[in-house]
Amino acid sequence: MKVTMTVNGKAMSAETEGRTLLSSFLREGLGLTGTHVGCDTTQCGACTVHVDGQPVKSCTVLAQDVAGRSVTTIEGMANKDGSLSVIQQAFQDHHGLQCGFCTPGMVMISAALLSEKPNPTEEEVRHYLKGNICRCTGYHNIVKAVMAASGADSQKLAAE
Amino acid sequence: MPKDGGIGASTLRREDIRFLTGKGRYTADINLRGQAFACFLRSEVAHGRIRSIDTSAAEEMPGVLAVMTGEDFTEVGGNPTGWLVQSRDGATMKEPKRPVLAHGKVRHVGDAYALVVAETYEQAKDACEAIEADIEELPAIVDMAAAVADTTNRVHDECDDNVVFDWGWIEENRAAVDAAFETAPHVTTLELVNNRLSPNAMEPRASIGDFDSGTGDYKLYTTSQNPHLTRLLISAFVMGIPENKLTVIAPDVGGGFGSKIYHYGEEAAVLAASKRLDRPVKWVCDRSEAFLSDAHGRDHVTKIQLATDMEGNFLAVRTETLANMGAYLSNFATCTPTFLHGTLMAGPYKTPHVYVNVKAVMTNTVPVDAYRGAGRPEATYSLERVIDKAADELGIDPWEIRRKNFIDPDQFPYTTPVGLVYDTGNYHATMDKLRELSDVAGFEARATESAAKGKLRGFGLSTWIEACGIAPSNLVGVLGCRVGLYDAATIRVNATGNISVLVGAHSHGQGHETVFAQLIAEKLGVDAKSVEIVHGDTSKIPFGMGTYGSRSLAVCGSAMMKAADKIIDKGKKIAAHMLEAAEGDIEFNDGSFSVAGTDRQKSFAEIAFSAYVPHNYPLETLEPGLEETAFYDPANFTYPAGAYGCEVEVDPETGGVDIVRFTCADDFGNVINPMIVAGQVHGGVAQGIGQALLEGVVYNEDGQLLTGSYMDYAMPRADDVPNFTVDHSCVTPCTHNPLGAKGCGEAGAIGTPPAVVNAVIDALHRAGHRHITHIDMPLTPSRVWTAMHG
Amino acid sequence: MHDFELVKPASVAEAVAALGAEGAQALSGGQTLLPSMKQRLAAPERLVSLGDIAEMKGVCLGDRGLAVGGATPHAVVAREAKAHYPALAWLAGEIGDPSVRARGTIGGSLANNDPAACYPAAALGSGATIVTDRREIAADAFFQGLFTTALEEGEIITSVHFPIPEKAAYMKFAQPASRFALVGVFVAKFADGVRVAITGAGEDGVFRWTEAEAALGADFRPEAVEGLALSAGGMLGDMHGAPAYRANLVKVLTRRAVAAA
Repeated sequence: MKVTMTVNGKAMSAETEGRTLLSSFLREGLGLTGTHVGCDTTQCGACTVHVDGQPVKSCTVLAQDVAGRSVTTIEGMANKDGSLSVIQQAFQDHHGLQCGFCTPGMVMISAALLSEKPNPTEEEVRHYLKGNICRCTGYHNIVKAVMAASGADSQKLAAE
Repeated sequence: MPKDGGIGASTLRREDIRFLTGKGRYTADINLRGQAFACFLRSEVAHGRIRSIDTSAAEEMPGVLAVMTGEDFTEVGGNPTGWLVQSRDGATMKEPKRPVLAHGKVRHVGDAYALVVAETYEQAKDACEAIEADIEELPAIVDMAAAVADTTNRVHDECDDNVVFDWGWIEENRAAVDAAFETAPHVTTLELVNNRLSPNAMEPRASIGDFDSGTGDYKLYTTSQNPHLTRLLISAFVMGIPENKLTVIAPDVGGGFGSKIYHYGEEAAVLAASKRLDRPVKWVCDRSEAFLSDAHGRDHVTKIQLATDMEGNFLAVRTETLANMGAYLSNFATCTPTFLHGTLMAGPYKTPHVYVNVKAVMTNTVPVDAYRGAGRPEATYSLERVIDKAADELGIDPWEIRRKNFIDPDQFPYTTPVGLVYDTGNYHATMDKLRELSDVAGFEARATESAAKGKLRGFGLSTWIEACGIAPSNLVGVLGCRVGLYDAATIRVNATGNISVLVGAHSHGQGHETVFAQLIAEKLGVDAKSVEIVHGDTSKIPFGMGTYGSRSLAVCGSAMMKAADKIIDKGKKIAAHMLEAAEGDIEFNDGSFSVAGTDRQKSFAEIAFSAYVPHNYPLETLEPGLEETAFYDPANFTYPAGAYGCEVEVDPETGGVDIVRFTCADDFGNVINPMIVAGQVHGGVAQGIGQALLEGVVYNEDGQLLTGSYMDYAMPRADDVPNFTVDHSCVTPCTHNPLGAKGCGEAGAIGTPPAVVNAVIDALHRAGHRHITHIDMPLTPSRVWTAMHG
Repeated sequence: MHDFELVKPASVAEAVAALGAEGAQALSGGQTLLPSMKQRLAAPERLVSLGDIAEMKGVCLGDRGLAVGGATPHAVVAREAKAHYPALAWLAGEIGDPSVRARGTIGGSLANNDPAACYPAAALGSGATIVTDRREIAADAFFQGLFTTALEEGEIITSVHFPIPEKAAYMKFAQPASRFALVGVFVAKFADGVRVAITGAGEDGVFRWTEAEAALGADFRPEAVEGLALSAGGMLGDMHGAPAYRANLVKVLTRRAVAAA
């Protein structure tokens, strides 16, 4: 079945089976390989994207179940001119990534936090990020990046 | 003030841009035209004899292109181990064969014994379910002590007692060590387990085999920390493909921590399947599959004894360890518990007598190999735990007992009783720095605050040293290593003056693209932005040994420096010609070549252009081009060291442990990019906290893996760890490499576990639970509570 | 996972009809079902998504307490129940992580009845009524053992009605890996008595600790449970905690819940 949804602001379609996961739809159907799959038990969060502004683990959502909805992936997070958005820039500025594999999910969940709560405490950041696993950074610099981004004008967070 | 983009600058990482925008290119992101998908069928039993495998139904399933079993690989070789270790009696270790796919027997849950290739991954997986295997289940050998005791049940028939080797280090020390124990005023004994871990790089392994029937060339895209080693193993040992017909590409790799050093059977299998089908064949590992097939780490059972006088002076150390090898010998499995563990058992201390015994044991579990730190965390943990126990028994302060036994700064180079020569160090300095940063004076007040909340506060100290920058081929060759451990770099200065640096090291999170460019920018006096780092493709880079053991900067970085010296020498020749001066009169400074004592000069870009437009070169004495390669083989290991302090709060009612402060004072030698070094320490510390409090691979007695997913294998999460205070201002530069660099990647994973456990034991002691002298890792709430109340 | 047909009914009636087919199963948030299908532990031929059924969503205060639609995600309960039933909202906000809470639903959680799930403790501890497409079931009759409930084949939880207590609190001690409840205790004080529901600990899933209810009914202070001894018999034991450890946690968390209520 052909499924259409709005991905990063554009209507996009691909063929699906019933079992096609949103992560597969994005990666294989649309070639948007920035969304990564790091586990198969809905724990690691590397596949986090936004559906209608809410963070979801795209490996645990059926593509057909979100047909017609609006999806934002890491590929849609930069500013229109291609420069890094505030949250992305904060990750670079504070060395909030190493191997880069969990990074798309970390950026997406951090953006969700900041749109829900523009000025979180450090404890709230750590709590909100607990469904996203990073093996490289020890989280120290990720938390720092999110805190730094929260100090910025939240309007400058990625366009959703 | 470091030069912008040069050595010592916290330059932001250039690779971040692609990772932050979803443009990274990991193996699973690569799709080749016409690719088919592989799925491996893995054993559900820990130990069994394969009676028959019926693939006929699977072959008829929709989309299925090929089904392969161990029978299809009987003509090819096995995956070898990289080190041959000799037993105490002089016998060479046993080396049971590790086939591409299990043949004859399955030896652990997850052992792959068949492969289906189909048009889609789901079709391949569906067809795996249709394979009918008749496997006679044999009793599982899980516990190491049982494996050693019952030799009638064997993991491999050719390893008749399940013991691969019985290693003594150094065997000649043994009598003196035993004698020291007999007369020692005090002996502290500790039995402990260094828990088995699953490395869990966030990117699961993946491989794509791509055979070109037109040229007979093979290409392998794979998640590797060292593509050349993978190519060498496949070429020379497993498949017999000539190295010049096989390219191995490790593109962006999502973390390794050791688990992607090794060659795995899946890589050979997708190459063979690609050849058979004349199509690319792609395999992407599920996380559940990764738990069952990625090499695990650690898994030592150790008895350590420390002999002292009554003032706490160390007289001798003696250890006996059973080291789990799992079901097959992975590539570095045998060197991890021996040359990366036994040789470190002196620690930073001047203990005169040390003897280490290690028995390597085969079991029906996933193969065990090097994981971040590899052997050195095991050595450090044993030593730092027994020292705390001794301090407690003798009534000596943990800081003081360490201080009085440290090798003093004026004793370097220092030859340890376990075969290493530490070139330089200052262990007093890092421990003093830690003490300063830890606010020792404020501890009692913090403990009082904790008590008011019903929590028990404790402080734990550990000091650590490692041998890294692995390392001198001469030395490792004597120790049984089958490969050399140099590294290599090619500097290609292009005609327009920009530079490609092709390196043997591989970056999978370490930031080489940024840091290596900083090195070259500083050395050649060019803008870092004009320097590109190329890695991960054997068809482009010189033969290097990849990245592990905190070696990239010390070894590959040194190769780059050597190659840069050659570039400068060649540039001087060109400049001499262009400036009509004698070569000996040419000076190179900050990117320009000048005639000494004059203002005549040529810029680096002018020299580069001339090298490629050699219109009037004296070709008999000056070759065109500006490209140089250097191999660097160090004279010694490097010896970074440091001191770690951990403060915990224990909830006495639940046994829950919170780490509330964590401080590191390290000596990494010279630091190129402080931001990246701090990040490496943070990550290592989190993994160390994971080992100490959360992580542990658990098998039941049938050899079934109980921690097969993140539902049961506890990974450190953002709310499990605190912010860390890290310092690397104490510097004793390495004396034998041109950068003075020592390596920082493994430090955190080495120094952290004993600091955490010492802190918990301290908290319990302060609360009156003095009978608790040890709790095995991971110190889960349930284990801590049970120790207090059980 | 094995392939299946996904149907997306717009009403409860359509969903019930769709679930009448052979091999059909309801899909709510999918945060448990889809992972188990990936492991090929479940292989329904047809999944009936409840996500588009507007009548099954939302939180509203009525004369029977707080009504939560069966397909309401945890994140919505965490947000919208806060003013009416803070303990329930807090519990919902501690389930899984933000991404899981955006998808997972109360109906899915109760129907699955995982022995370590949080919602069963809230439902049982509140004396909630589970409303389905065909009947109403009291929480006391609903939970019938591990992954077992009173629901019939094809029966859908359309809403859950929570009586609102005078005081309540939920205390969760997370299993370090999964972050499900190693033990979770929901304490609710009503005018006519106290209910204490325990998740994560019982061999048969969520249960009421009646001794604690009696003691707290007489004296709603943490000290009231001090003298009680909960037997380790009947407690779950695994690598994350032996029965005796779980029994201890039940008592500790009950005390803390009473203090926090």
